[in-house]
Amino acid sequence: MKSDFPLFPEQASTVAGSVDTLYITLVVVTGAVSLLIWIAVFYFAIKYRRRPDNELAQEIEPPMALELAWTIIPGIIFIGIFVWGAWVFFRIQRPPDNALEVYATGRQWMWKFQHATGQREINTLHVPVNRPVKITMASEDVVHSLWFPSFRVKRDVLPSRYATMWFQATKTGQFHIFCAEYCGTEHSKMIGSVIVMDPREYQQWLAGGPEGSLASQGERVFQKFACNTCHTGDATARGPVLAGLYGKQVMLTSGNVVVADENYIRESILNPQAKIASGFQAIMPTFQGQVSEEDLLKLLAYLKSLTPPQPQSRPLAPESPASLIQSRGARATSPATASPVNQGNQP
Amino acid sequence: MTSQTLHDVRFSEPPRTRNYLNVDYGVFSWLLTRDHKRIGILYLISVTTMFFVGGFFAFMMRLELLTPEGDLLTSDTYNKFFTLHGIVMIFFFLIPAIPGALGNFILPIMLGAKDLAFPRINLLSWYLYTIGAIFGVYVIVTGGVDTGWTFYTPFSTQYSNTKVFATTLGAFITGFSSILTGLNFIVTTHRMRAPGLTWFRLPLFVWSMYATSVIIMLATPVLAITLVLLMVERTLGVGIFDPTIGGDPVLYQHLFWFYSHPAVYIMILPAMAVISECVAAFTRKRVFGYTFVAYSSLAIAFLSFLVWAHHLFVAGISLYSAMIFSFASMLVAVPSAIKIFNWTATMYHASVSWQTPMLYVMGFIGLFTIGGVTGLFLGALGIDVHVHDTYFVVSHFHYIMVGGTVMAYLAGIHYWWPKITGRMYPEWWARLSALLVFVGFNLTFFPQFIVGYVGMPRRYHAYAPEFQVLNVLSTAGATVLAVGYLLPMIYLIWSLFYGRKAGSNPWGAVGLEWATTSPPPLENFHETPVVTWEAYDYPAFLKAMRETQHV
Repeated sequence: MKSDFPLFPEQASTVAGSVDTLYITLVVVTGAVSLLIWIAVFYFAIKYRRRPDNELAQEIEPPMALELAWTIIPGIIFIGIFVWGAWVFFRIQRPPDNALEVYATGRQWMWKFQHATGQREINTLHVPVNRPVKITMASEDVVHSLWFPSFRVKRDVLPSRYATMWFQATKTGQFHIFCAEYCGTEHSKMIGSVIVMDPREYQQWLAGGPEGSLASQGERVFQKFACNTCHTGDATARGPVLAGLYGKQVMLTSGNVVVADENYIRESILNPQAKIASGFQAIMPTFQGQVSEEDLLKLLAYLKSLTPPQPQSRPLAPESPASLIQSRGARATSPATASPVNQGNQP
Repeated sequence: MTSQTLHDVRFSEPPRTRNYLNVDYGVFSWLLTRDHKRIGILYLISVTTMFFVGGFFAFMMRLELLTPEGDLLTSDTYNKFFTLHGIVMIFFFLIPAIPGALGNFILPIMLGAKDLAFPRINLLSWYLYTIGAIFGVYVIVTGGVDTGWTFYTPFSTQYSNTKVFATTLGAFITGFSSILTGLNFIVTTHRMRAPGLTWFRLPLFVWSMYATSVIIMLATPVLAITLVLLMVERTLGVGIFDPTIGGDPVLYQHLFWFYSHPAVYIMILPAMAVISECVAAFTRKRVFGYTFVAYSSLAIAFLSFLVWAHHLFVAGISLYSAMIFSFASMLVAVPSAIKIFNWTATMYHASVSWQTPMLYVMGFIGLFTIGGVTGLFLGALGIDVHVHDTYFVVSHFHYIMVGGTVMAYLAGIHYWWPKITGRMYPEWWARLSALLVFVGFNLTFFPQFIVGYVGMPRRYHAYAPEFQVLNVLSTAGATVLAVGYLLPMIYLIWSLFYGRKAGSNPWGAVGLEWATTSPPPLENFHETPVVTWEAYDYPAFLKAMRETQHV
């Protein structure tokens, strides 16, 4: 099936076609211009080769119009390439809202994937066809880079920071996963396969989830580290209420307002002193070095799964900062009901 | 009377006197020399040695990649080889090669000066280079280094257990040798031009070297700072780049590329300098669009500082900063395009000689054009996401660095060889090696564009079987290329003893360096030249030549 002399990887995602179209256009345009230059060089080199009657070159005053033409015209073409490239880039970078969430951890030298339903995989990733998939990922050690050549998407995986990427596979089958950023001895072994499945088969595959959903695993981590002693879910507790926190704006004691995204939550666990939510004491200990990357992702899934009982109850009011993150009476609802795991499974 | 006419300067053959080579033969007359020409020779020997050291690592990598399995070298050895290949070639060959060897030798002569402004500093720069290179060799013989030439953190500071410290210290020291050379060139160009040699009468070589020196002076200190920070974190554990101790790994990438992208132009602008000279000499014409070519060098120097983050498009910079850096990367391509068009146009209605340096020039135009346009692919954000860190990138920068800089280096070596040594190289062998280099180069690197787009990541010791055919082609090309590079070593050394004696001006070229004897006297000129003509004033020169022939 695979040719010995391939020119393109398989086109297996929604963006692959637009990347290839731009690539082919550039090959044609720049190839044509390069060909013209080479033809000119060879034509001149032969036609005006040095002969006894040709010892003297003819001096030609360069016309300004010509100089300006070959300054401005390439400039315009290059800017056109920039605009087209940026347009494709926006498509590659912006995930749709309804994407299926998958979590990934890179480490020397393997890829670990966690699904919302609780499945864990190493160097293999199962995804459904024709459905956007968003991967939130971090590295446990050095910089890695997750690359799906057939999907034409790649993103560096950084230590201690979440990066996201997304794709929507358009073809079932098995495709390469490569680590693209050099990461040490077995860098070239940090490879795997993405298996794009028919939705029905994907459902069956999901049904084999052994350990409960990722969110429920996250709840166990939450209890294991005794987070619930302070984050009781009570507005008057020592720790802020976490239900509905994800994606909201948080007023800090410094007066700044930040969005509680993945990196904020991560920082608040590992380095809680960095940003203190307004109205609270800086008493939380650091969990740096105690929570593994995988457990962090579980906690993240758990926190995302907690829904506040009164969603959008109030507009954001900077003058009452506590209200930004506290909603009275919110409690950590049971993962069985709050888990988002099943919303990803609709075909 | 120091004033001379154009005719005198170009055609008088002064009585045979002592030249810079036979003035003294002692070892210390070389090691303690302050003569820019001898320092140029010291650089020539050092960088050529390092070129073959770096080439050895490249060739071993190509042999390993003949098969998909990692069977010839272990993973660690392979990783060390590509790291050492990059470090040796970039820090110890490409950056110092043309400025150190050819620039040191030719630039003061082109300016009609007796030496560079600071001869002792010039010697110091060679010693710094040598000390840096000794660190490099120390690393090679004591186990190597495996970080890649980019030293990305936190791998280099916390995870690699190879000789990172010694390597970065070597690169740090060598950086100062660049800075001193740049300083010398800038001051010499400002202060030591011959009477009458105005800025717009300067050969384009000088303009391009001047632009290079500006980049060296402004960018290299940033590399020095970055490497010091890296060494501090690695040895003292101060958190700068490692996030587990409070650092930021992406900060390192920004700092590193703030030097290393301009460094690409430190490597290619001197190549453009040589090409401009050779195009004029072998077409017997003033370079078409002289002012545009001169200013394009300065434009490159300026824009080269505004594009560094195009190496970070998938590292997590924001959408909008990615757009700004993509846009700036497109702009920096314009001045290079201007140069290519003007060199090509110079050949129109010219008197084109097919001697070896011109063959290299034609090769350069062909290869640098491919290298340049594939840079547009990488600057286009949507494509970069796919091809970043693949063989497409590897091929792109080899088309610039090898297809561009090494071709130009060889063009320059052949062009100025008669001036440097007083001897002609054997033309037939030289043409053959130029052809081998061109064919071997394309066979080595063109398949890498394809294999990169198809999906082969760079720095892979073992790879998927579907990439094999293209890799076999590439390795075959590397073999041809190796022969092409070894041949000049043999016939150039041969020519030192048996080569035909070159007169002052074997090419019939215009330029102050051709107005003095070959090899030049210690003080370069027997009388200080007074320049009354424009750069590349071939009509006047050829008219004068005819007159002397007919009289």
